[in-house]
Amino acid sequence: MSDIYEGLVSAFWLVVTLDPDLVQISLRSLQVSLTALFIASAIALPFGTFLAIRRFRYRRLAISLLNALMGLPPVVVGLIVYILLSRSGPFGVLGLLFTPTAMIIAQVIIITPLIASITHQAMRELWAEYHDLLISMNTSSGQRIRTLIWDGRRNLLTASLAGFGRAIGEVGAIMIVGGNIDNATRVLTTAIALETGKGDFALALALGFVLIALAIGINICIHWLSRTEREGRW
Amino acid sequence: MNTILPLTLTDVSVRRRGKRLLGPVDVIMGSSGLTMILGPNGSGKTTLLRVMHGVERLSGGKVEWSVGQDEARHRQAYVFQTPIMLRRTVADNLRYPLNLIGIARKEIEAEIVEWLARIGLTPRAGLQATRLSGGEKQKLAIARALIRKPDVLFLDEPCANLDGAATRDIEALLQTALSNGTRIIMTTHDLGQARRLADDAIFMLRGLLHEAGPADAFFNAPQTAELRAFFRGDIIT
Repeated sequence: MSDIYEGLVSAFWLVVTLDPDLVQISLRSLQVSLTALFIASAIALPFGTFLAIRRFRYRRLAISLLNALMGLPPVVVGLIVYILLSRSGPFGVLGLLFTPTAMIIAQVIIITPLIASITHQAMRELWAEYHDLLISMNTSSGQRIRTLIWDGRRNLLTASLAGFGRAIGEVGAIMIVGGNIDNATRVLTTAIALETGKGDFALALALGFVLIALAIGINICIHWLSRTEREGRW
Repeated sequence: MNTILPLTLTDVSVRRRGKRLLGPVDVIMGSSGLTMILGPNGSGKTTLLRVMHGVERLSGGKVEWSVGQDEARHRQAYVFQTPIMLRRTVADNLRYPLNLIGIARKEIEAEIVEWLARIGLTPRAGLQATRLSGGEKQKLAIARALIRKPDVLFLDEPCANLDGAATRDIEALLQTALSNGTRIIMTTHDLGQARRLADDAIFMLRGLLHEAGPADAFFNAPQTAELRAFFRGDIIT
């Protein structure tokens, strides 16, 4: 219990004094996770909606695969990205290994199936509601996808926030491809792992509390900005 | 502007899982007036309407308009028995079909103002459409269908479960649309409404077109025993 108390006190002072290391690590965490979230959402939201409205030959297989990929082990993703980006790998020439870009790539691969799968579930229900109307209005596939994404945006927000939660809390893959380099690729989760390894539980806990506060803060901000629960029944 | 009518159905049939839902049906829909489709539950009224609109897969036969299918699809609209509201405001529900066809913004706003006034929903323009009453939703659904000025409007029992006032408002909307030259084809269970609105009528029974004709003769001198029984209120299957 004393460790938790000390962690809370340390977290309080780190935040109040705007500790430069904490600020830098927190900003890098946000930069990596929000960029990954933006890219993954741009891929997953239209793809999940497309899967909800289109019938094609291997649709069931694609949905099963997508659901299976939700449980993709981050360490394995990290290892594969590492091999691809390492100097002897096919993309080694780009020199991305141990950079925030490599961490973003790994996070995009991890969270895209999660966002796409939740999107598919939400859009399937909305499509069942809208199907007859949009068919009757002779809408194109693109118009249907845009309509569903717009009208289901609050459900999609939940999908994206689930992806953000997974990204900001991820440690295995970004440790492998980022290397936890001070002033370069260190983020909150890898810093927590490092401090725990060093036995500095108070600092590790302090970083942990900051991480939780950041995740909650971002969620509240996004809900507030998107006016969730303010516009009646959805 | 040329019309997409007449609509010709030739030997049309619909089967699902080995069961015949409709047909074979042959019918020609002329270019004006209101055609009422009547019949007991399960007689094929809605299936016939959906076939005409092109949203039901045919098992046989063909549906032809005087223009190509693509153009015909753009120039007709359909109102469902249970109105489907987009999860948007009342005004945005009216804006949606106009945005689809790419009309200038100024023109869109003018149309929305006019239609909101016509259906009496101006004070509720900013309200979420899903929060309207049943009658208001149906009026909005009809306005959303008519705002594109379709040649043909299909309605599937638009006044089912509505009270007298809402039914009167909807019938007034349909009369205005008729006088503006929109061809209307609708189903109903309400014989009073059928007598009030129909120019001609079709009686469906067991998936077949059982009797059809101009409203006067259809309602006052039915030719078949089944239609006479239907008018008497007997249960026919």
